[in-house]
Amino acid sequence: MATNVKNDPNRRDFLYVTTAAVGAVGAAAAVWPLIDQMNPDATVKALASIEADISSIELGQSVTFKWRGQPIFVRHRTPKEIADAKAVPLEDMIDPATDAERVTAGYEQWLIQIGICTHLGCVPQGQKPSEPKGEFNGWFCPCHGSHYDSAGRIRKGPAPKNLVLPPYEFMSDTLVKIG
Amino acid sequence: MSSHSNYNPTNPVEKWFDERLPLIRFSKEHLMDFPTPKNINYWWTFGAVLAIMLVMQIITGIVLAMNYVPNIEMAFDSVEHIRRNVNYGRIIQATHAVGASMFFFAVYIHMFRGLYYGSYKAPREILWILGVIIFLLMMATSFMGYVLPWGQMSYWGATVITNVFSAIPLVGTPILEFLRGGFVVDNPTLNRFFSLHYLLPFIIAAVVALHIWALHVPGNGNPTGVEVKSKADTVPFHPYYTMKDLFVIVVFFIPFAWFVFFAPDILGHADNYIRANPFITPAKIVPEWYLLPFYAMLRAVDFDLFFINAKLGGVIVMFGSILILMVLPWLDKSKTRSGNFRPMFKPFFWLFVLNFMMLMYLGAQAAEGIYVILSKVGTAYYFGYFLIILPILARIETPKPLPNSISQSILDKYEAKALKQAKIQGNGNSEIQGKGGK
Ligand code: HEM
Ligand code: FES
Repeated sequence: MATNVKNDPNRRDFLYVTTAAVGAVGAAAAVWPLIDQMNPDATVKALASIEADISSIELGQSVTFKWRGQPIFVRHRTPKEIADAKAVPLEDMIDPATDAERVTAGYEQWLIQIGICTHLGCVPQGQKPSEPKGEFNGWFCPCHGSHYDSAGRIRKGPAPKNLVLPPYEFMSDTLVKIG
Repeated sequence: MSSHSNYNPTNPVEKWFDERLPLIRFSKEHLMDFPTPKNINYWWTFGAVLAIMLVMQIITGIVLAMNYVPNIEMAFDSVEHIRRNVNYGRIIQATHAVGASMFFFAVYIHMFRGLYYGSYKAPREILWILGVIIFLLMMATSFMGYVLPWGQMSYWGATVITNVFSAIPLVGTPILEFLRGGFVVDNPTLNRFFSLHYLLPFIIAAVVALHIWALHVPGNGNPTGVEVKSKADTVPFHPYYTMKDLFVIVVFFIPFAWFVFFAPDILGHADNYIRANPFITPAKIVPEWYLLPFYAMLRAVDFDLFFINAKLGGVIVMFGSILILMVLPWLDKSKTRSGNFRPMFKPFFWLFVLNFMMLMYLGAQAAEGIYVILSKVGTAYYFGYFLIILPILARIETPKPLPNSISQSILDKYEAKALKQAKIQGNGNSEIQGKGGK
């Protein structure tokens, strides 16, 4: 045996290494399905879109729709809310964005966002008239105290990003397709 | 280790068995004859309390799983069903829920014992690290268990804590969706949490086996921190410590039973008796009391530091607060193990305990005003204790002289007591002096 190894070390090493490599790849391939089954399944991913009828939302009112299990905040903004949002200098923001970037041109009164705090995922308050709107007249997340303004931008508190905008388009003046 | 055994089977069947699988020999060595320092105090009984609690949680948990349904439509009702309709379900469910709290209460005592007596120092570093791993596994297990009843706190606790992972740069969101099995916490999340909540206690049991293995290599520490020098320093584990441990377990079960029978919900949160609603966040999200100090530290970071934003910073601090325990044996280089002999260490230690309780209180308060400031101070002291105070103390502190041996320390104590008594009773009560003499 010893002489064999001495005479022919490369062939043997090669066999060892390739066997180990094939084994490792095989094991990884077998493990992958076991891991990947934890990712969102086909029904969750099925990009269901909803059509939201916004005709009955009064000026200054907000309504929550449900899309992919997430709350979608639709707010019919007043001219004052829009003017306030436009007046804020970008330097004052944590995640700078102009008001125009937050809405669709021609539909400035409609602010449509995913109603999940970008900090740790609570649903911010401010949709109902009875709820606090925070220091910037938008939304207030009670979990750890994040304040969003009337364009849904984070202005104060631990959340790092503005409220996320879902993909959506206006089918008509009163119908929005979300997703 | 076989040196500890005085197992000499005479019966031929026992002998035959012992030669093939020395199971009885092993049990006798490790559960009965194991030489244990004769001076260990009541703080050393909580390891046994923990072992019992683990068994309690596993047994009650398996029984609960026979009646529980891990589906978002039925989970909440199935827990109520257990509490109202299943025979003795009210008690079994309460035992499991209260048991988690009692388990953590015991583990905190066990860990603070280790911190005070320097149990983590050489040669017990691996033993300590295994303990920290057990603690992490316990936190994961109880967190997932709390989600199962699918109340408002279950749901929002799961949302907030899984969201913690979204702070990881680049891969945060994919990891979040991987953990939840969806874009939000939903049925797939509940299902996997149930599966893992069932699995983890058995993993804990396996790590506990390693923990005790690692304990039985150097043997137990003791309040003097002086290692065992001779047989005279020890007594066999059984009956001395089996009985002492059993006594404490009985005492421990008194408040446990009080909670179970008279106040099963007092440690929980009222909001968790409201069914989960993904559209309404409760005004205040509060984790279970035993996770509050870590939650307070998560929230204490509400500022950006260089390229680390507040959210990621909070997550780093929260995980760091536990991971730092893993390297503690290399942070505290003081040669003296026991806090009893470290005059400068003592006040800092007790301040650390108080600080931990303060963080526990703060974790349940709203994140505003003075609470935020105190949380920051508390977090700073928590880390400062490990990273600054302990390393410095190891350099500058002059410890008190250690006794020569465990036996000597006991004799010294007895003598001091006798002397004091003799002084009180005037000179020369020969009976007491005779007893205390060498
Ligand atoms: C399920 C949880 C646990 C169980 C069942 C358990 C069990 C035990 C037992 C039976 C002992 C011996 C008796 C004693 O000293 O009290 C022990 C010792 C010890 N444990 Fe644990 N333990 C657990 C968790 C932990 C944790 C979380 C830590 C620390 C992070 C830890 C650190 C230690 C140390 C350092 C010792 C040795 C103390 C000495 O010097 O005697 N344990 N454990
Ligand atoms: S989840 Fe909104 S502030 Fe933390």
